[in-house]
Amino acid sequence: MKNFEYAVPRTEAEALGLLSREWGETEILAGGTDLVGLMKKMIVTPDRVVNIKEIPTLRGVSETADGILIGAVTPLDEVLDSPLLDDFPAVKQAIRGISSIQLQAQGTIGGELCQRPQCWYYRNGGGLLADRGKLVASGDNRYHAIFNNSGPAKFVHPSRLAPALIALGAAVRVIGPKQDQESLVPLAEFYRVPRDDNQRETVLAPSQLVTHVYVPWLNLHSATYEVRHGEGPDYPLAAAAAALEISGGVVREARIVLGHVAPTPLVSGDARNALVGRSVDANTAESAGAAAVAHATPLSHNGYKAQLAKTAVKRAILLAAGLETGGF
Amino acid sequence: MADMNWPKQGTAAVLGATPDRIDGIAKATGAAKYTYDITPDKMLLARALGCPHGHCQITAIDVSPALQVPGVVAARALKNVGAQVNWEGDLVAVVVGETEGAVAEGLKEIKFAFNPLDVWVDDSDLAGAEKAGRTQGAGDNTKLDNKDIKKPEEQDAEFKRLLDECKKDGAVVEGEYGIHVITHMCLEPHGSTCEWEGDKLTAHLSTQNVSGTAGQFATPLQIAATDVTVHCDYVGGGFGSKFGADSWGVVCAQLAKETGRPVKLMLDRDLELKNAGTRPSGFIQVKIGANKEGVVQVWDSKHWGTSGIQGGPVTQGVIPYVFDPPNRRRKSIGINTNAAGARAWRAPNHPQACAITQVAYDDIARALGIDSYDVFLRNLPTVTNNKAEVYKAEMEIAAKLMDWRKKWHPHGKGPAKGSVVTGLGMAIHTWGGAPHSSTCTVKIHPDGAVETFLGSQDLGTGTRTVIAMVVAETLGLPVDAISVNIGSSKYPTSGSSGGSTTVGGVSESNRRGATDALNLLLAKVAPKLDAQPEDLEAVKGRIQVKGNTAKGLSWKEACGLLGMTPIEVQGNFQRGVTQTNLSSNGVAGVQMAEVAVDRETGVVKMLKFVAVQDMGLIINRKLAASQIYGAVIMGIAAALYEERIMDPTTGKFLNAELADYKLPRLGDTGQIVVELYEPESEYNRGVVGLGEPPVIAPPAAIANAVCNALGVRVGTLPMTPKRVLDAIAKAK
Repeated sequence: MKNFEYAVPRTEAEALGLLSREWGETEILAGGTDLVGLMKKMIVTPDRVVNIKEIPTLRGVSETADGILIGAVTPLDEVLDSPLLDDFPAVKQAIRGISSIQLQAQGTIGGELCQRPQCWYYRNGGGLLADRGKLVASGDNRYHAIFNNSGPAKFVHPSRLAPALIALGAAVRVIGPKQDQESLVPLAEFYRVPRDDNQRETVLAPSQLVTHVYVPWLNLHSATYEVRHGEGPDYPLAAAAAALEISGGVVREARIVLGHVAPTPLVSGDARNALVGRSVDANTAESAGAAAVAHATPLSHNGYKAQLAKTAVKRAILLAAGLETGGF
Repeated sequence: MADMNWPKQGTAAVLGATPDRIDGIAKATGAAKYTYDITPDKMLLARALGCPHGHCQITAIDVSPALQVPGVVAARALKNVGAQVNWEGDLVAVVVGETEGAVAEGLKEIKFAFNPLDVWVDDSDLAGAEKAGRTQGAGDNTKLDNKDIKKPEEQDAEFKRLLDECKKDGAVVEGEYGIHVITHMCLEPHGSTCEWEGDKLTAHLSTQNVSGTAGQFATPLQIAATDVTVHCDYVGGGFGSKFGADSWGVVCAQLAKETGRPVKLMLDRDLELKNAGTRPSGFIQVKIGANKEGVVQVWDSKHWGTSGIQGGPVTQGVIPYVFDPPNRRRKSIGINTNAAGARAWRAPNHPQACAITQVAYDDIARALGIDSYDVFLRNLPTVTNNKAEVYKAEMEIAAKLMDWRKKWHPHGKGPAKGSVVTGLGMAIHTWGGAPHSSTCTVKIHPDGAVETFLGSQDLGTGTRTVIAMVVAETLGLPVDAISVNIGSSKYPTSGSSGGSTTVGGVSESNRRGATDALNLLLAKVAPKLDAQPEDLEAVKGRIQVKGNTAKGLSWKEACGLLGMTPIEVQGNFQRGVTQTNLSSNGVAGVQMAEVAVDRETGVVKMLKFVAVQDMGLIINRKLAASQIYGAVIMGIAAALYEERIMDPTTGKFLNAELADYKLPRLGDTGQIVVELYEPESEYNRGVVGLGEPPVIAPPAAIANAVCNALGVRVGTLPMTPKRVLDAIAKAK
């Protein structure tokens, strides 16, 4: 990696003061499990790295009147171990899926949500959009998007927690760009599809910072199901999270979110519609899965991902309802 | 006189036991210094720049801007304007600096431009490669039971007749199978730290060839090989890719000379994978015919693959693998791709040959509805290595350990639990494993200390421990009484660690050297005990009259008789020259896999794997088993996870990072059961190499198990979820 200036602020205000207004000049370091690799490969080459892990207010899991607040630099294993999140199994299942003890111990929840795409054209120096998507379209796209891929962005968003947190109605507290600015952004509105190489994958401006994740207490049955090639920390091939409001044996409301199939985590209204008003069994879960992928638009080498996404939706719903998935 | 031959089975004091590695603690605690750990004072760091395109002509290369970066000490272009680059990642320049940051910024400043040329990287698409002019014939061979048929058109007719006969009476399968290119993925990349003292070079080289690399530095540097010391105490993986000094090793030495300071140049992970070794791919179209018993009568195949820019496929001599039916025709074609040349990969050619041919034998079982075990058994009379009886015995053991007969079901006919089905598969393999030439110096000091020196290396086999055990057995001492010195080219010459030759080689030289040293000691001791040297023995730390513990001396007392001068002798074994009873050549080996497959996701899970392996006389049972565990895991990787993935347009090696290059983790390996097959008949053959054979059969065995589970053949390996789902969809 190239030489850089290293800053370790102790307060949110200090951190904001150190962030540039231009993308690329500063990068935020939390656990570093993604950033350091990007810097070593010179994919990002910041002049200044701002380590926010020493800001005490950004760490820890606490209870509020109507939900749970998780500091952005809280390590994933602390989230996993927190009894406050016992009633949000979708979150814990997603963290367990990361498998690697090192990644769980070093990685933070904020960093997990803000990590950069794994697209191998991006990681090989081809730019975030890989020549406006041409490299991906004509190349090897076996791991790329099967939804929302008609524009230049064809990567899949890498976050493994975002589907679960979106399904649970979570939001992120964002501060900046000005010192006293702060807002609560629903996580479902946090991600966006970049249209050019100067945009990133979230609505954050370069000088904004995620400080906390807020998960409301909505009494939902939730689960995450990831289709993983193996037991290691590798990213899933497709994933889904389901959060269901069930009463009298019938689904009253549902939020189904797919992961690793589009440039953003993808809320599936079609899957929701197939489920609401019915009881959960293998058939309704299957039809929700089928509905979720009915409008998939696979690229040249990733048609198989529709089957995986369909299965992930089906199994997340079954798991959320406390039923057997019938598979691994 | 002490007997050179190995003790009879069951009588050895040390051989066949399971002591821990003598360097195990050092390795586990980090005390062991690998090449990457060597950091002499004032050392400079060097890194290379790889070409960003798979095939191009260089139009500009200028390293001078790099020299303007603070902290950069030297930079040089490794190629000239006009030169053609044939693969992405080929090294085009190198920068040397004080810090990692300075070197990185220096690399970024290098001016490099090129004109792209045509790229071809698809080795599975034979028709496309032919159209692109990237193929070349690589040999063919025909064998017919009826030797009078010689004309090609008559041979065509005869193969058709034979296949028609099988179709009528037994079964014919027309299959397409394949296995992709994989890399060596040495955890420690290739490279060295080079330092000069005047005109003498010390190269700390990550190598599996300590004795054979000094000259590889000397010749291009125009110095004498005597002025080069190659040093490597520990090597973090080689698998056949680390026999050379490599061009970047020589550049490292040149830069150390130029800067007057030690220089470290280890390849980055991506450049490691792009330059420092791959295993050729293998794809095949087969027509195979068998009688109704499943005994194969005819084999007719065309196979192709790539060894990179050299364009060679899997050698045709191992097709079909181990079995050689009475009528057999094989044709091989090489595909020239824009990738670095392949290097020897643990058991060169064999794993691919096994993976693309023993699946066809299993498809015969599937077509006939016969237990795969019986098909393998009934074809044993056609094995090429005269080991049918060994295979038969090993199959029986493996079947028992797997509970094969109880678990077996016809292909695709097993019970399903939800979307999950299970299946069994097997495969067999063969290998040589004769020892390499080896020389050692054994010293017995007057204080009783014993040491041995040889220019060998520990590629992971536990070379130090093997040597210590052999010397300890010979001298009647405990293993920890032996000081083992390997890892320097200044020690007596010992062969490179390739071809499963090391344990045999170092055992040969050390058994010989230690026996000769002991005989010199016995001659000194004999008068003291009023005995003849041939009446004495070395056991349990004593030199004594055979069988008489009362008439003897402790080892220390005995060595005290040497006065001031140690005993020093050389043990010498020259492959193909030295007559020997200590070692031999040739092994069999049987492996069985049990898998579960999720039909909705295409995910395959290993449930159980059984490996039964002969290796002649076993020096250390724990080390032998470890070799097999490692080999099986490597085989699981090739069966289910790893492959090189190339971009068709730019020729970029897309997954040349550990994050993208899929490998199994411990949770993916299932239960592995290792059985060492060592009846007296094997023990009496002496030592035979083990490193390679157990890595051969896993991909075929696992592919056959997946087919048995699904009733559908997943033709191409690795069997990723995508390929499994595609195969299921195609079969519908």
